[in-house]
Amino acid sequence: MTDATCSPPSLDPQTIRGDFPILSKVLHGGVPLVYLDNAATAQRPRQVIQAIVETYEQHYANVHRGIHWLSDQTTDLYEQSREKVRALVNAPTPAEIIFTHGATSSINLVARSWGDANVRRGDEILLTEMEHHSNLVPWRQLAERTGAIVRHVPVTEQGTLDIEAFNALLSEKTRLVAVTAVSNVLGTINPIGEIIAKAHQAGACVLVDGAQSVPHLKIDVQALNADFLAFSGHKMMGPSGVGVLYGRRELLESMPPFLGGGSMIRRVTLDGFEPADLPAKFEAGTPPIVSAIGLGAAIDYLNQVGLDAVTRHEQDLTRYAHEVLGELGELRILGPAPEEKSAIVSFVFHGNRPHAHDVAQLLDRNGVAIRAGHHCAMPLHKRFGVNATARASFYLYNTRQEIDLLARSLQQVRQVFRRRT
Amino acid sequence: MDEEQIYQEHVLDHYEDPYHRGRARHCTHAHEDDNPLCGDTVSIELNIDPQGRLREAYFDGDGCCISQASASMLIEKFDGRTVDEVRRFTAGDMLELFGAKLTPNRQKCCLLPWRVLQSAVFSPVKPAEGAGGKESNS
Ligand SMILES: Cc1ncc(COP(=O)(O)O)c(C=O)c1O
Repeated sequence: MTDATCSPPSLDPQTIRGDFPILSKVLHGGVPLVYLDNAATAQRPRQVIQAIVETYEQHYANVHRGIHWLSDQTTDLYEQSREKVRALVNAPTPAEIIFTHGATSSINLVARSWGDANVRRGDEILLTEMEHHSNLVPWRQLAERTGAIVRHVPVTEQGTLDIEAFNALLSEKTRLVAVTAVSNVLGTINPIGEIIAKAHQAGACVLVDGAQSVPHLKIDVQALNADFLAFSGHKMMGPSGVGVLYGRRELLESMPPFLGGGSMIRRVTLDGFEPADLPAKFEAGTPPIVSAIGLGAAIDYLNQVGLDAVTRHEQDLTRYAHEVLGELGELRILGPAPEEKSAIVSFVFHGNRPHAHDVAQLLDRNGVAIRAGHHCAMPLHKRFGVNATARASFYLYNTRQEIDLLARSLQQVRQVFRRRT
Repeated sequence: MDEEQIYQEHVLDHYEDPYHRGRARHCTHAHEDDNPLCGDTVSIELNIDPQGRLREAYFDGDGCCISQASASMLIEKFDGRTVDEVRRFTAGDMLELFGAKLTPNRQKCCLLPWRVLQSAVFSPVKPAEGAGGKESNS
């Protein structure tokens, strides 16, 4: 192994847990909360909650509006947050960072604005079988509006994208490839760099759904040469109600505005309007001011812990979870080996009995919160012949002990049913 | 605790050893539906005679313990009963028949088979067949 002097800084989950008030919650009159539903939404540390409280108590007014001291303060904080997001994904300029209401609204913005302006009847939109509904439905709607054709890159039995099929599906007809960087069900880390390079060769634009990757893995939009990147604040310890769209400047500048209203205009007459410059052009109305400022605090927190340390800690947890859940011998874990995936472990009991919902309900007795269902990826579940899976997903504050408790609780679940057969 | 109550003996009995899981021999009425939130499915096949009596009642499906056990309980109760009796059986009655206390989310699982049965009695498989449902009024 590496010697101590060059081993990278690691993370102490126990210290981190002290920052998260909700993690000391005790449920059902005596069991501590074991929060393993981070892919749905993460918890937030006191530092983020405090930033929100402080903004409301000390610095709150509307942004870019009043010519007064308070509005200037809020505007500064809001714009500082934009700069923090820019640095996090290494975008060239803050003007290319649009605050939205979440990954879903970022994707819809691109589908409506870029899509309606650039996609024509017969053009092809290339998605994958592992997309979240929010990266499927907006493109289906675009196809219905324009007569474009939607195609899907298949997923292999191992839960990875079938890259040969991707190569074959990509053609000069492909206008857009929209793909998730990390599957929210399988945890698969997709080869985004390779996909972007090939798509560009074919003359297609690429939207990367970063909802499950930005909170966990370093991403550099310039190194990747991504055209669009969408993600949500609430999955990375920020508040709900704020998300981000990164877009390459030339693209954003050529796109028509999406929502119309205040802030997105330079000037309005009764006969028309002139849109504002980036990023305001895509931020109509009062934005999620305090949520965006809270997201900035979440990025500070991530940076302070170190995103690389977070990734490594999660890799350890994922490997450990595969090991102990594998030892139970009764589970089918969907998706690739731990080395090829992010901090998500979805599984079903053999024969789908007990069912994922019963598993989740019984785990809740022990305070263990996981998700059960199709996780907004019905086509992917169909691909694997199940209608629901149980999903445990980890973040920086989770521990091996929590995974042990998950495994013990799963044994108890099996006991509830086994004693009868 | 609610969770303890859900998985009580009689619920597990119906889940593990369901009443009439399978297909009717002479099916006159049938319906199938799912709970789009969770993907649970239930299908029901009936043989309804001209007097409106359920001569055969079978279910099949895929889903959680609640949806499948409640289907079994429901089919057991209404096998041999009449369409009128089915129609008078309310959602509240169904939750009572199930017995265990359920959160609103899990109530949807429990009520899926009930919804399917309510539709099945009015869904002849061939328009000409099965005089049952349509004529009977409560
Ligand atoms: C891969 C992926 N894309 C998009 C989304 C949508 O995010 P939001 O609901 O925050 O808009 C999610 C959230 O579950 C996701 O996991």
